[in-house]
Amino acid sequence: MTLGLINANPVVHAKKERVARTEDPHSDDAVDPLEIYDYVRDIRDPEHPYSLEQLSVLSEESITVDDKLGRILITFTPTIQHCSMATVIGLCLRVKLQECFPPHYKVDIKVAPGSHADEESVNKQLNDKERVAAALENPNLRQLVDECLYSKEL
Amino acid sequence: MDLYDGNLELKELQTLHGHTDRVWSLAWNPAASSPPQFASCSGDKTVRIWEQSPSSRSWHCKAVMEETHTRTVRSCAWSPSGKLLATASFDATTAIWENVGGDFECVSTLEGHENEVKSVAWNAGGTLLATCSRDKTVWIWEVMPGNEFECASVLQGHSQDVKMVKWHPTLDILFSCSYDNTIKVWAEDGTGDWHCVQTLGEANNGHSSTVWALSFNADGDKMVTCSDDLTLKIWETDITRIESGDDPAPWSHLCTLSGYHDRTIFSVHWSREGIIASGAADDAIRFFTESKDALVDGPSYKLLLKRDKAHDMDVNSVQWSPGENRLLASASDDGTIKMWELAALT
Repeated sequence: MTLGLINANPVVHAKKERVARTEDPHSDDAVDPLEIYDYVRDIRDPEHPYSLEQLSVLSEESITVDDKLGRILITFTPTIQHCSMATVIGLCLRVKLQECFPPHYKVDIKVAPGSHADEESVNKQLNDKERVAAALENPNLRQLVDECLYSKEL
Repeated sequence: MDLYDGNLELKELQTLHGHTDRVWSLAWNPAASSPPQFASCSGDKTVRIWEQSPSSRSWHCKAVMEETHTRTVRSCAWSPSGKLLATASFDATTAIWENVGGDFECVSTLEGHENEVKSVAWNAGGTLLATCSRDKTVWIWEVMPGNEFECASVLQGHSQDVKMVKWHPTLDILFSCSYDNTIKVWAEDGTGDWHCVQTLGEANNGHSSTVWALSFNADGDKMVTCSDDLTLKIWETDITRIESGDDPAPWSHLCTLSGYHDRTIFSVHWSREGIIASGAADDAIRFFTESKDALVDGPSYKLLLKRDKAHDMDVNSVQWSPGENRLLASASDDGTIKMWELAALT
């Protein structure tokens, strides 16, 4: 980001303590929100060297699961109303979930109601799988997503 | 056998493996009946040709076309003669393939769209090709001798991503549907210029979210559309009025089928004998037909049959074979193609 940051001064929160989970998360097929949260909380923000958890973009409450129907809904809160990085964050969440969960899970990703100026259009784009597939074939976007997912600079 | 008794079952004939990513689209070769043949295209950047063995009746992959498209191949369409196959790709090009003695050679590449090409369609005469893109435009190409394609018109009107283009089955009228929630009807004005003659939007009882696909009945006087709003809509027109004069008769909303699929409906195809098949992100395939019960209020449509878990993941395309039997092919995010027969209960 050479043109200046979209949100120059984000509020950074402490990471929540990890709950030590005794059972192997893959021991049964059931998926619970905490398991999903553990996978996505450390995704790095596209703009800042902080995790989505630290910026309160995500919390455990952002995630709902209907294991019977195989549905996962993630509702995230961009740090500012005009965040142009909202679609990148959404792409990161989608890729991470594709990597970590069985493919038959139906994943919906939305910004929290009232948290984004273009809420409707961001939600529509994030849930159009053709647009998502095309975006992930775009080398620049793919690189940005990969940096957020695999960067260790937190 | 009477369709309307509902004494039908859907037989799963075969699952075809080969693609290594989601299968986006399928197209039956309209000219190949013995043996029947279709093409499929995928996120793995390849196009595959599948053929039925006349002896064993089983399906096998006859050809793989790779290393031409550099990104997802989103859709494919055969020319009416079955000699040419057009493929539309996220790499912003449309490729034209010719069947030369059983091998498919890329004979032309159509460039012009700014970004992903999403759909390609031939007119009934095989003289015009239409393509559409995320760049919001629809292009009409004239088919010239020697596998040359000349851009005849660039149609602007959609405010977003155009998802699909489809020609009317008998007339040179083009239909496009879009992420902008509308369906547009395009016609030539007699001087070579193409214009949007109608927009079917939410104000005309149209869809309230992305329109993904459309299909016509055999007579060409009805059209079905499917959408992210979880509904299918049936539209009708006065076909004799269009055929008799230069007046483009408008399409009007006939009915809405809602409450069936519970996730985005990606594909819909109307068979020649009147059965509408739909495939959706709920992994299911459904079949609808006109109901004879409610003629008092005009035609209505009813669910004939549904198959939950037709695939392990989203169903992206359902296509009836052009042959006599009720053979359907479906393509899915699970990377497979399934062959189905809608048969009388035995």
